[in-house]
Amino acid sequence: MSERCAVIGVGQTVAKAKREDVSIAGLVREAALAALDDAGLTFADIDAVVIGKAPDMFEGVMMPELYLAPALGAVGKPMFRVHTAGSVGGSTAIVAAHLVASGVHERVLTVAFEKQSDSDAMWALSVPQPFSAPLLAGAGGYFAPIIRAYMHRSGAPGDVGMMVAVKDRLHALKNPYAHLHLPDISLKMVEESIMLWDPLHYLESCPSSDGAAAMVIGSERAVGAATAETGRPPAWIHGMAMRSEPTMFAGRDQVNPQASRDCAADLYRQAGITNPRKDFDMAEVYVPFSWYEPMWLESLGFCDEGDGWKLTQSGATSMIENGDIPWNCSGGVLSSNPIGASGMLRFLESALQVRGLAGEHQVADARRALGQAYGGGSQFFAMWVVGAERP
Amino acid sequence: MSEREPVTMMAAPIHLDYVFTAGVAQSKNLHGLEEGKFIGQRCPKCKKVYTLSRGSCPTDGVPTDEIVELPNTGTVTTYCVVNVPFAGQSIEIPYICAQILLDGANLSFMGLIQEMPTDEVRMGMRVEAVWVEPDELGPTMASVKYFRPNGEPDADYETYKEYL
Ligand SMILES: [Zn+2]
Repeated sequence: MSERCAVIGVGQTVAKAKREDVSIAGLVREAALAALDDAGLTFADIDAVVIGKAPDMFEGVMMPELYLAPALGAVGKPMFRVHTAGSVGGSTAIVAAHLVASGVHERVLTVAFEKQSDSDAMWALSVPQPFSAPLLAGAGGYFAPIIRAYMHRSGAPGDVGMMVAVKDRLHALKNPYAHLHLPDISLKMVEESIMLWDPLHYLESCPSSDGAAAMVIGSERAVGAATAETGRPPAWIHGMAMRSEPTMFAGRDQVNPQASRDCAADLYRQAGITNPRKDFDMAEVYVPFSWYEPMWLESLGFCDEGDGWKLTQSGATSMIENGDIPWNCSGGVLSSNPIGASGMLRFLESALQVRGLAGEHQVADARRALGQAYGGGSQFFAMWVVGAERP
Repeated sequence: MSEREPVTMMAAPIHLDYVFTAGVAQSKNLHGLEEGKFIGQRCPKCKKVYTLSRGSCPTDGVPTDEIVELPNTGTVTTYCVVNVPFAGQSIEIPYICAQILLDGANLSFMGLIQEMPTDEVRMGMRVEAVWVEPDELGPTMASVKYFRPNGEPDADYETYKEYL
């Protein structure tokens, strides 16, 4: 990276099943205004806007960024749209940060959203493709066979996924923005929920949420001004990386995709991470289905391949159990899934943690954190490292 | 103005018809399906055989010109049992959705398994394709009604572990 840059403001809406009081424009504006307020800025201070969401077919509004420009103060300014399926919130933040790191802009507003109540994502993900069998049954139908392959390969006991489902919902109780607040959550409750895509229970799956997330990324100079104005510290960006791979090629490892491993390796090289479990104080990782926690623990190098489930089982990733490497303290995607915003929420939550502003789900003295998002058929990856220290 | 409730939602159904140009490579597969046969294409570099090929090797980026006729049998590499209803669903739930690796192929594809209880499916299970009646065959995957167990002993994990 050339210029140093940091997150100087964040904003998110409360995630809910239905936000009937606002349109899409109202939803994104709410998050954007919150981020500007956190940074002590107004729309007039912003040089460019970078926006992302899941495929347009979800809400049936093609190129919604065009109509959202006025709501985001982007009229007469550069505006970019990013498309990387479920990972898009992460990729969008990275594109925004690149515009600052490259020295092109001083302050960039980045926004991501989904209004699932306006859409039918299950349908949009299951539309018959030309000349293939009409079998797809949403994201769960795609990922469940991959999860089964992981279980077989690692020899993990069948209840590890349920442990993640409980743990992330307990974390969500500490996050007022989370969609699901299930105070009675227990292994028994998860086990007794309907088996939607065997081996995945209903409560091992993410909800459908309306929500938006926004951040202001600033240059070193913008950081100084924002901190002087608000007294709130920045989250310095120590590294960022994106990778993708085709969904179909012979010998593709869908459980632990090469693009994920390559992305992490690039990121860790930039940020000087040699032992992720020790070097990070926490991580916000895209876990839309419970088993993706142990799978990504391995892929991201927090343990050896085949050992992810042991880490989950030991309580290492749980705030409640004072684990040494808490994952998804916000409740994660399992507790809120405004799809396009879900990746950005991972990046945003990691920034909140190193700024010390996460409230009840704050990890004590968090200095360095990982934000990760993945999307499509596990083919898009976006990751960043943020820290309290100026790099 | 009146004191009526605000309008919070209106449904606006959309409909999209489109024409899909199959191209040279997929036409070969589709003509195979029309004759009740699976067609594969072999990469000249890595020698991998792609089924439902789009005409090039994703790894090597070269055309897969060599046509290979594949058998009617294969192995379930992994699967899930779908028990969720959704708009536009065409199959009665619960149903088994499996990744099927045809014998001699190097890429699995998603297929429906029928003629067995859903709780007896397993990784490594051997299956065969059941085709529609000859006069119903067409250039479409709908020519394959489903797959069913063919009674052979399960395949060894080592033989398909690269294709999960
Ligand atoms: Zn090849």
